[in-house]
Amino acid sequence: MDWEYFLELFLGGLTRGSIYALIALGYTMVYGIIELINFAHGEIYMIGAFTALIVATVLSMLGLNQVAILICAAVAAVVYSCAYGFTVEKLAYKPLRKAPRLSALISAIGMSMFLQNYVLLAQTSDFLPFPSLIPDFEFWEPYAHIISSQELVILITTFVVMILLTILIKFTRIGKAMRATAQDKVMAALVGIDVNQVISVTFIVGSATAAIGGVLIASHIGQINFYIGFIAGIKAFVAAVLGGIGSIPGAVLGSLVLGWTESFFTGYISSDYEDVFAFMFLVFILIFRPAGILGRSDTQKV
Amino acid sequence: MKNESKRLMIAVIVGMLLCLFVSGPGLAADTIKLGVAGAHSGDLASYGIPSIRAAKLVVDEINAKGGVLGKQVEVLTEDDVCKPEVATNTATKLISKKVDVVLGHICSGATKAAMGIYKDSKIVVMSPSATNPDLTQSGDYPNFYRTIASDDAQAKLDVDFALDVLKLKKIAVIHDKGDYGKGFAEFAKKFLEESGKAEVVLFEGVTPGAVDYSAVVQKIKQNDAEAVIFGGYHPEASKIVTQMRKKRMKTIFISDDGVKDDTFIKVAGKYAEGVYASGPKDTSKNPLNIKAVKAHKDKYGEAHGAFYENAYTATIALLNAIEKAGSTDYDAISKALKTEWVETPIGKIRFDDRGDAIGAGFSVYQVQDGKYVELK
Amino acid sequence: MVSLEEIKKSLLTCIWFMFLTFPIMVIRVNTVQKVIEWRWINMLLVGVAGFILSFFWRNLFREKGKTGTEKQSPAKTDNISIFQKIREDRKRFLPVVALFGCFMIAFPLVFSLYQTNIMTTALIYVMLGLGLNIVVGLAGLLDLGYVAFYAVGAYSYALLNHHFGIGFWTALPLSGLLSALFGILLGYPVLRLRGDYLAIVTLGFGEIIRLILENWNEFSFGPSGIANIPRPGFFGMEMSLKGHTIYLYYLMILLVLFTIFVVNRLQNSRIGRAWIALREDEIACQAMGIDKARTKLTAFALGATWAGMGGVVFAAKTTFINPASFTIWESIIILCIVVLGGMGSIIGVISGAMILILLPEYLRAFSEYRMLIFGIVLVVMMIFRPGGIIPDIRRVYKYKGKETRMI
Repeated sequence: MDWEYFLELFLGGLTRGSIYALIALGYTMVYGIIELINFAHGEIYMIGAFTALIVATVLSMLGLNQVAILICAAVAAVVYSCAYGFTVEKLAYKPLRKAPRLSALISAIGMSMFLQNYVLLAQTSDFLPFPSLIPDFEFWEPYAHIISSQELVILITTFVVMILLTILIKFTRIGKAMRATAQDKVMAALVGIDVNQVISVTFIVGSATAAIGGVLIASHIGQINFYIGFIAGIKAFVAAVLGGIGSIPGAVLGSLVLGWTESFFTGYISSDYEDVFAFMFLVFILIFRPAGILGRSDTQKV
Repeated sequence: MKNESKRLMIAVIVGMLLCLFVSGPGLAADTIKLGVAGAHSGDLASYGIPSIRAAKLVVDEINAKGGVLGKQVEVLTEDDVCKPEVATNTATKLISKKVDVVLGHICSGATKAAMGIYKDSKIVVMSPSATNPDLTQSGDYPNFYRTIASDDAQAKLDVDFALDVLKLKKIAVIHDKGDYGKGFAEFAKKFLEESGKAEVVLFEGVTPGAVDYSAVVQKIKQNDAEAVIFGGYHPEASKIVTQMRKKRMKTIFISDDGVKDDTFIKVAGKYAEGVYASGPKDTSKNPLNIKAVKAHKDKYGEAHGAFYENAYTATIALLNAIEKAGSTDYDAISKALKTEWVETPIGKIRFDDRGDAIGAGFSVYQVQDGKYVELK
Repeated sequence: MVSLEEIKKSLLTCIWFMFLTFPIMVIRVNTVQKVIEWRWINMLLVGVAGFILSFFWRNLFREKGKTGTEKQSPAKTDNISIFQKIREDRKRFLPVVALFGCFMIAFPLVFSLYQTNIMTTALIYVMLGLGLNIVVGLAGLLDLGYVAFYAVGAYSYALLNHHFGIGFWTALPLSGLLSALFGILLGYPVLRLRGDYLAIVTLGFGEIIRLILENWNEFSFGPSGIANIPRPGFFGMEMSLKGHTIYLYYLMILLVLFTIFVVNRLQNSRIGRAWIALREDEIACQAMGIDKARTKLTAFALGATWAGMGGVVFAAKTTFINPASFTIWESIIILCIVVLGGMGSIIGVISGAMILILLPEYLRAFSEYRMLIFGIVLVVMMIFRPGGIIPDIRRVYKYKGKETRMI
């Protein structure tokens, strides 16, 4: 067995998994609270990346230094993604809270189409080069052929974001309110939780992680167009389900497992069927653990 | 109550009639109608929109000079989003509008689906971008022409270059699983194996749009490939090249027309240096080409996109054929296309019996100092 | 009527949207050529549009809240009340159906080839919608991979024809059967899954089928697809393009009628009631002695059968198929048809298919804006009619009166 090859595939899968995780976190949070597959989440990620690109380009023409550009672009991306997430929830999902769940799903699909075409029309259909906002670190150069600086940043960020989210949900006031709302909206409202506010906060937090993901991933890949959100969104959603939707560590674990699955399958067998294998693996896992790897399979109430 | 149901029926009928009028044939003025079909929206719009612009620019110019056969030319654009099922609707719509010739479609799959309909209606179709060899070589589509080389011609050129000029022995063939990329890669693999001079160490498809290709890149390294022949478009190519170079791999990268795009160099930046790509012969010195590029820049304020020159050429060729044929009769146009030479931005061309352009050559380019340079 | 409060609210909305659309709408950067374009005029447009639309938006909500029922505009309610009244009364139902039937029969004779062609497409989707309706609407199993069966149908006709020269009429039932088999194949492992887990597994299944078709060149000719699939014959008659189109149109009318007949019969049958019971409460259903596994599998198999037959007609109509026609978007569109039309209601699904398939065609006048408008229509429709255009009539039969909420 070639250990170096194995290690490289392992790290490649880890990076890929972390990328999925940054998007999957938003999916899983929204799903946990209102049980909606938020199809427009991938689009929020795409808008975050676009905002970052626009801000970065404008600032670089004004001649700011790279660190300032990175910070400004990231902040702008987060702010705008949050604003979009908040608005999308208010416009397309809030009026449907009492409607059949599938109606909300269709509304989400409609929103996804709208946002894609909105960016397509207002910007461009072409791929745009994305500036590499994250510099190559000097100290890391000797190891850069194994894992590049950008990949390292992605790994660390995913980890930090996961820890922060866990703290937010486990220990803060709003986190408690989120958990209460997720369990039972009516009861939560009865004990004085502003359910609407909690849902808005969830969307904002989810959008913020997507925006961070958007900036990092676009910077890693080096190009964006209006369609990146949809493809990444589907994969991230699969990852979230694999880990057990609604659970934060589950989303990260599911993403990593999916990343490794794809990486090893490509490395040792063939990339032709990597997605086929990934989906089969998902089916396989769900047959044995119908609520995902870390999901609680709650007993059905009669 | 009866009243209500009657009202409903009237509403339905009026609605349907309205639809008919909205989408029905336009004013039947005596014009020559040029249909432009292709992906004008959706994720592949960037390949289709340049062809509309090219057609409009050519037509505007010709109309200003008095049109073709004394008639004004009218451009009718229809979107097929590169989907076969939509393409058949697009084709019937264009036929209902009584188009004389069609520029399109953009994707090979959509073109094949639409060709059946054009064939029955005897309409000449010329694509700026559909490269599938079957379109001309199978003989099923006698009314099809194109201003771009087919996949196998390109693959042959790339393979010959890799074997004879670069003298490579171990080659990995990678594609993007798409119609174009995989078709190209299959031919490349076939030619490599037939030559017996080099070994195909890896033949694999990557998933377009995936967030990262490090596993495939590792595999290329693991198999000790000296070069990669890639079939597909520039977004995937730049991701692969960038990742290879970041892993400090010096593997040679050879690709196709889909990568011979300035966007590739801009996206891949310094990592693009040294990449080979085949593409239509450099005609940037051609006065017609200079004019076409300038016309686009003046009107739209940005650089033209993919297949613009091919579409520009196709429009000129089609309208020229009508002029030379003296009518919009199918047989006359076909004859004119196959016999009359015409000056276009990609050179002086006419079409062979199968519908491929003669005179439009291909050559290999290399990225040197941030520019594609033609290799003699 | 317009109070100061209202204006203030609208002004805030307008400012919010101007802020929201600022980077995307106003600035256009071209990183290839390093140019920035400032389009301030767009900001003004967004502001004005946001200001005006926010009035409408609030107004619509007030109306929706006032009547207690969902309605969009007076004209719309009018239509719906007619529909409901018609359905309730057989005397009026039959003539309307007859009139509609006459219209559909006369359609290709009156309208152009293009109109007939897109109507045929719409009819294929009616069939697909009705098939998916069995799975989603009746049995309540969210299926996001329905397109897989459509692909199975289309490819089995294309491949059987390519290798064995099997004609359209033989392929039609054969493909239906094959798709049903695939339906059971998918249904079996996912019996235990519920809700969105089922959705994601079916989505995966749809993608698996597409990817296999894309990658396995020896079997399916890969991404370049299969061309020259024959159109259906009619006793060996030679037909022109127009003849073929019209023939296919009538064929589809017959197939749709057949589908409606079968689905309607199924709905009121023992198995149909079992599906609905399963949708409402799985555990109670099992307690009543309904075989859950068999009921679910029949739903998958029957739903898939229609998709398979739809696929055959699709392949025969376009004469060319490739895997790109069977992406997840297709599944989503069919799901939209079912939900938008009204889950479980046959007339609803028919109107849903007509709207969703014909709308993008008629929106061609708006060219590049059509998908944008399509997205807005989906959202607005769902907000103002969450039960679909024509909700399921079955609710009428529900036990009324002493309704207590189960906890």
